[in-house]
Amino acid sequence: MSSEFTKLFELIVSASLINNFVFTRFLGLCIFFGVSKKMETAVGMSITFTAVMMISASLSWLIFNYVMVPLDITFLKIIVFIGIVAGLVQASDTIMRKVAPGLYYKLGIYLALISTNCIILAVPLINAGEKYSFIQSLAFGLGSGLGFALALIIMASIREKLELAEVPAPFKGLPMAFVVTGLIALAFTGFSGLITL
Amino acid sequence: MAAQTGKVNYIELITNGIIKENTIFKLALSLCPSIAVTNNLKNGVLMGVAVLFVQVMVNITISLMRKIIHPRIRLPIFMLVISGWVTITDMSMAAAVPDVYKQMGLYIQLIVAFASILARAEMFASKNRIAPSMADGIGMGIGFLFALTVISFFRELIGKGSVWGMPIVHTKPLLIMILPAGGFFAVGILMAFFNWIDVKFFKKGASAHH
Repeated sequence: MSSEFTKLFELIVSASLINNFVFTRFLGLCIFFGVSKKMETAVGMSITFTAVMMISASLSWLIFNYVMVPLDITFLKIIVFIGIVAGLVQASDTIMRKVAPGLYYKLGIYLALISTNCIILAVPLINAGEKYSFIQSLAFGLGSGLGFALALIIMASIREKLELAEVPAPFKGLPMAFVVTGLIALAFTGFSGLITL
Repeated sequence: MAAQTGKVNYIELITNGIIKENTIFKLALSLCPSIAVTNNLKNGVLMGVAVLFVQVMVNITISLMRKIIHPRIRLPIFMLVISGWVTITDMSMAAAVPDVYKQMGLYIQLIVAFASILARAEMFASKNRIAPSMADGIGMGIGFLFALTVISFFRELIGKGSVWGMPIVHTKPLLIMILPAGGFFAVGILMAFFNWIDVKFFKKGASAHH
């Protein structure tokens, strides 16, 4: 049991730090650059994102293993997963609006953005490819969500300062954000080799 | 978008995607693969070709179906069409180039989440006839291919000292360029370069971003 627990812990650490989706796998960049301008939006996005990630990881695991594998239609996984993600985002949008309007007012806008995030699709695809168990899939989803949150919050705190810095004109805006991300990514390479799975 | 009336300027449609609305350098969309797969030229070009294929086929399909798609359910239908074509590309590449596919299979599958492909389907193909839609798809796809080629060319040249696997420069390469971090640097610097050209030669003022 304890070795199983260690494995899960390793999975979370590896997904959030060593193979951080933003810095080493370059996924979810559009949203990453879009919402990292302000700390407030970064935090809101992180919370919504991690929650949706966990739900979609477990839901797509269930559908993959109990519907698609028995029916032998695993080659349809791209279509099915994107359907799950889109449906889930739409459903949580509706449910949140009815059940928790206050929360919806704060986080609703991020929900709509999430459906265009490639991480949310990549996690079920990786889970299916690596044949993770249900708990492992959940751990991987949690790790990826936390990793994305970490990346967003680091980036937002840097970009808030960067607004005041004197940047050469052609580098203003996105190009500078890219170079900064490169520097953070360089720092993150320090995590490689921390755990070997 | 004068495609419905009169003569269509195909050349303009194609160059629009390559220069004026280049997905990566100008619109800053679909950035994920531009860094992930571009640490050597071969991967970059193959990814670009895959996107070009999907974009053109999606545009054609949507354009063919545009009269029978009800506007209220158009987005799910678009996603279905896109993921269908991505699945076809994914399976063909897995069969044709297995060694490259091993490195970038995940990114091929994620073409389905490209904002640029959905955007062209929504903004152009669903409103225009087949030929202009095809031209638009070709332009957008070539623009993407061009961007990936430029990025991966420089990254491989500087990071490994080679082009398409063939060694060119024999001094010690700057390893950082093929690391993940180098990808961010390369895209950032190239974007700044294109901004600089814009301001310097076209006097369009501020850049297109933001």
